[in-house]
Amino acid sequence: MAPNNPRARRPGGARSIRTSLRDRLTAWRRHHRDSLRDALTRMRAAPSSALMTVLVIAIALALPAGLAVLLDNARVITKGWDGNAHLSVFLEQDVAESRQRQLADEWAGFDTVKRTEVITRAQALDEFKALSGFGEVLEALPDNPLPPLVVVYPDNSAPGRVEALQNRLNALPEVDNAQLDVAWVRRLHAIIELGDRLIGVLTLGLAAAVVLVVVNTIRLAIESRREEIVVVKIVGGTDGFVRRPFLYSGFCFGFAGGMLSLILVGSALWWLGGPIDELLDLYESEHSLTGMSPSTVLVLPLFSGTLGLLGAWLAVSRHLGDIEPHF
Amino acid sequence: MIKFDRVSKRYPNGKDALRRIDFELPAGQLTFLTGHSGAGKSTLLKLIMMIERPTQGQVFMAGQNLNGFSTRQVPFLRRKIGMVHQNHQLLFDRSVFDNVALPLVIAGFAHADIGKRVRAALDKVGLLSKEKLNPIMLSGGEQQRVGIARAVVNKPPLLLADEPTGNLDPALSAEIMDLFHDFARVGVAVLIATHDLSLIARHRHRLLTLREGRLIHDGEDDDHGA
Repeated sequence: MAPNNPRARRPGGARSIRTSLRDRLTAWRRHHRDSLRDALTRMRAAPSSALMTVLVIAIALALPAGLAVLLDNARVITKGWDGNAHLSVFLEQDVAESRQRQLADEWAGFDTVKRTEVITRAQALDEFKALSGFGEVLEALPDNPLPPLVVVYPDNSAPGRVEALQNRLNALPEVDNAQLDVAWVRRLHAIIELGDRLIGVLTLGLAAAVVLVVVNTIRLAIESRREEIVVVKIVGGTDGFVRRPFLYSGFCFGFAGGMLSLILVGSALWWLGGPIDELLDLYESEHSLTGMSPSTVLVLPLFSGTLGLLGAWLAVSRHLGDIEPHF
Repeated sequence: MIKFDRVSKRYPNGKDALRRIDFELPAGQLTFLTGHSGAGKSTLLKLIMMIERPTQGQVFMAGQNLNGFSTRQVPFLRRKIGMVHQNHQLLFDRSVFDNVALPLVIAGFAHADIGKRVRAALDKVGLLSKEKLNPIMLSGGEQQRVGIARAVVNKPPLLLADEPTGNLDPALSAEIMDLFHDFARVGVAVLIATHDLSLIARHRHRLLTLREGRLIHDGEDDDHGA
């Protein structure tokens, strides 16, 4: 107050000072900036409790995020397997090698067949000897017990068409058995599908947990800043002004939790990467473990921040109204 | 500046805190509000601050009927009222400067403007040299003056004080009262709720006395040089 200011010395009473719209806009932006800074300062001021909150959020989010990455990998790998599905066509024992090659050439001409590969009885025996370690036992046999084999690679991997091809080959008199092993791949697909749904449910539940954690944290923050809220309300702070620092707090908690969950998932993938690549090698997959997609890395912290914001909003709308000036 | 028109307030528990109160506070006048605790002083202040709303009757501020104010508008009404509390209501997590600046920050003043106005207000209450201190390091009288600086920093046309001298010795009380006189002299309507009868006796001003929610005395005493 400047009571010596002659302009204020009016019989009509002192005039309250006004602010221009531009000033108020600048001030509004400044308050957003200050609220963000205030939220970060308060997190630093109580690092252990802030860390606990952030950690809980991070773990809650890392779980579904990590599972989603593994599932994505599984999906990519099995897609490759499905494409490599081939028919092992075992011919009758008495089919001669020349006839075997003739059949293979004939089938290669089918429009659903990409190519065929001939494995003669002699080749099969050599391979079996080398791989199985039963060489001596096989030497003891009077005859080569292995049938002639033609491996048929289908042109497309749609299960229905491959099965049609399989039936067609099985119907031929010289074919003993055409084997297609896709049932387990289908089962795997079903499991992956189930995993997808499971992650959905898990994400929903854990997102709710994140919101509740933030609700609780912000509720405590409101309680500890009761005095300040009362003063702000007395001197004419709007609900928005009072709310803003808490909303920023909630967002910061969520965002930090999201960032930390990225680190957790990244570390876990790094930890699992070696064994998983080894496993993939054993399955003769060219695929190696892929990490989180750039979009996940971008979206997860923002999603988490939004959850924090939501939690803070719930806490604030529930508890801020209770705090009114009193005297 | 403030006008009560047959204002009654009944709390949900059935207690009649105020019954048919009529009075008017002109600009530039210093008025005491007294009565025993429970007589309705707090309720009357709460109605002006719109912490409560009247059950019957109307409160006017600068000609505007407060019944017409929505909850969202209340903060903007409060920016026109300076409020001084017995317990100062200062925030001890920030400096004296930041305490006094709070109403200006809330009202959205430009940064440079805030500095000037805060220093002017602190200068007025004689605490310009202490702007960087935490209010917890100040004496009771100084804390109260910081509270006053905060109440007047955005030049409200109405100043409410709730037991402003409650914890202060007579010399400090006199200093505080001098400040209130100064504000009244420049046109601020000042309402001081107190049950400090010696304070009231020392300064002969208009006196509103409440008893059990009724205004039993409204002594016009214009001899205060306003």
